[in-house]
Amino acid sequence: MHYLPQMLFALVLTIGIGFFIKNVSQLRRNIRLGRALQVNDNKSQRWKNMIKIALGQTKMVVRPIAGFLHIIVYLGFIIINIEVLEIVIDGLFGTHRIGLQLLSKPIYGFLIGAFEILAVLVLIAVIIFWIRRNGIKLKRFLSSEMKGWPKNDGNIILYFEVVLMCLFLVMNAADTNFQVLDSGNIVSQYIAPIFSDMPANTLHLIERSAWWLHIIGILAFLNYLYYSKHLHILLAFPNTYYGKLTPQGQFKNLDAVTQEVKLMMDPNADPFAAPAEDAVEPEKFGASDVTDLSWVQLLNAYTCTECGRCTSECPANQTGKKLSPRKIMMDTRDRLEEVGKNISANKGAFKDDGKQLLGDYISHEELWACTSCNACVQACPVSIDPLSIIMDMRQYLVMEQSSAPSDLNNMMGNIENNGAPWPFNQMDRLNWTSEN
Amino acid sequence: MESSLKVPTMAELFAEGKQPEVLFWVGCAGSFDDRAKKITKAFIKILNKANVAFAVLGTEESCTGDPAKRAGNEFLFQMQAVTNIEVMNAYEVKKVVTACPHCFNTLKNEYPGLGGNYEVIHHTQFLKQLLSEGSITMEGGQYKGKRITFHDPCYLGRANGVYEAPRDLIKKLDAELVEMKSCKSRGLCCGAGGAQMFKEPEKGNKDINVERTEQALETKPEIIAAGCPFCNTMMTDGVKNKEKEASVKVMDIAELIATTEDL
Repeated sequence: MHYLPQMLFALVLTIGIGFFIKNVSQLRRNIRLGRALQVNDNKSQRWKNMIKIALGQTKMVVRPIAGFLHIIVYLGFIIINIEVLEIVIDGLFGTHRIGLQLLSKPIYGFLIGAFEILAVLVLIAVIIFWIRRNGIKLKRFLSSEMKGWPKNDGNIILYFEVVLMCLFLVMNAADTNFQVLDSGNIVSQYIAPIFSDMPANTLHLIERSAWWLHIIGILAFLNYLYYSKHLHILLAFPNTYYGKLTPQGQFKNLDAVTQEVKLMMDPNADPFAAPAEDAVEPEKFGASDVTDLSWVQLLNAYTCTECGRCTSECPANQTGKKLSPRKIMMDTRDRLEEVGKNISANKGAFKDDGKQLLGDYISHEELWACTSCNACVQACPVSIDPLSIIMDMRQYLVMEQSSAPSDLNNMMGNIENNGAPWPFNQMDRLNWTSEN
Repeated sequence: MESSLKVPTMAELFAEGKQPEVLFWVGCAGSFDDRAKKITKAFIKILNKANVAFAVLGTEESCTGDPAKRAGNEFLFQMQAVTNIEVMNAYEVKKVVTACPHCFNTLKNEYPGLGGNYEVIHHTQFLKQLLSEGSITMEGGQYKGKRITFHDPCYLGRANGVYEAPRDLIKKLDAELVEMKSCKSRGLCCGAGGAQMFKEPEKGNKDINVERTEQALETKPEIIAAGCPFCNTMMTDGVKNKEKEASVKVMDIAELIATTEDL
């Protein structure tokens, strides 16, 4: 019987981590549904970006209030989780506050004291975040794509953090031995008096309950990530690593098209030649569904935490157009999840569901409203590139479906026929020199 | 005065066995758009005054393909690119300057992958070089103390990180440079990019150029400076929409310099 709590703890931990591994493998499989793309250039710059942007939060502070609060929660999250290490060791080996045996009392006190202060700061930050989301009507949290689950998801995450921080403080406050130590109970000493009249047994029960709920809460949160926009706490790191390094204005040139164009320009090519026997089916141009996007674009979609900085900087969105870069990312993730579930339900093979990203999730109107200004790309604190998805989908519309707005067809016709987007003759290109 | 413009073409120089120092890529707007043609001429006047050995492609120039690519027509873009690259490579072009950020971005970033490798600079960068070399002086003082705000073209600023060259030039005019609330990397688009110039906007509650013009007017400028023919059109329309054309002018940096040099 003595080992029962330890066995129970090991079981809870195994289940928690087991589910998490299952979630990660599903996530990995879904991301790999994207088109292959080699990203192994300039590793040192990529590491630098990851350290600067994800670890250093440099793009978060562009908006100082949200950025500052986020840094508190982020630091709190990372640092307070050192405490989890102690909880896991205590849980598995039946010890109590193993840290006190390994470290000297002042060092241990310093650590726990720091955690307690951070916990309070996180609580304050999270409450301000909640007010920003629910009280002061910030425009970027009120867009149409933020109704229902995305809004609830945002709040659930905040409630989770409130509960976890409170449990941590209660756990310390109800721990008589720790309070007697009087080192590191910077915050919990003020909560301890609430429990002072309680019998030792009750106190112990409260302490144990807080301890168990804290670790169970953390494991539950870990497994909540996959179903939530909160995945960014993990994926921000790979996403900033794989982010675009070339100038923002540089859009990729399609290799398949280059082959075609080279062939057309080659005077020795036989225009009537039949395709070789072993010729592969020409690749589809652009993207109509998530599997046409690259795996990096799909990683982008899972990384998005729906903060809406992209949308609030988008000129089309600011002027009331339907386009919202955040919605592009959310739609991509929703459709990818749908495809993933379809594959899981059909023993590993996708069964056509008559749906696709284009049309069923993202409308033509949204795609044609984009000015390709890169404001969304610039605004993203974790290097997501919604513009690349918009451009890939435009490519599909134009090159596979010939369904550009008629004005654009005129413009393209002009370029094709006379080398300018307007109907002017190429031979008149120098006329301005003789005009007044 | 217009007739005094010296605009050699690559073909003429080639026939004389000469190679210019730099190719001036005029672009479609600079060649055909009435407003943009004035920018082209202003820039040429400066080039002539500074005795820059330049040439244009003239009738051998064709659209870079930027609007086609941004509209989703990669095929048309690459056809344009490969054709232009063939012409430029035949003339052994090394350096290109252009007053259009869209041409600038495409030539600089998207042509190398298709065999076109040139040093490409925007005309504001080139003008800054001319100034620091002493080839132009900007001594007119016509804009001294005037409030000028600069609208960042997306394809010059965010797309390629060029924020300072145009601003340095404005400061050299002794003008008072005033910034809009969204500027530099957070500059708001004029609404023309991504092939929007050539189509009607989607349904919304305002036109983007009006929104941007409002931001510009908030700075109480006498001049809204631009560095892109498309931004120029959009901002000019925006100023007209706000009925401010009598008090606020939209001018390209090249025009500001040409006027101050009394060209």
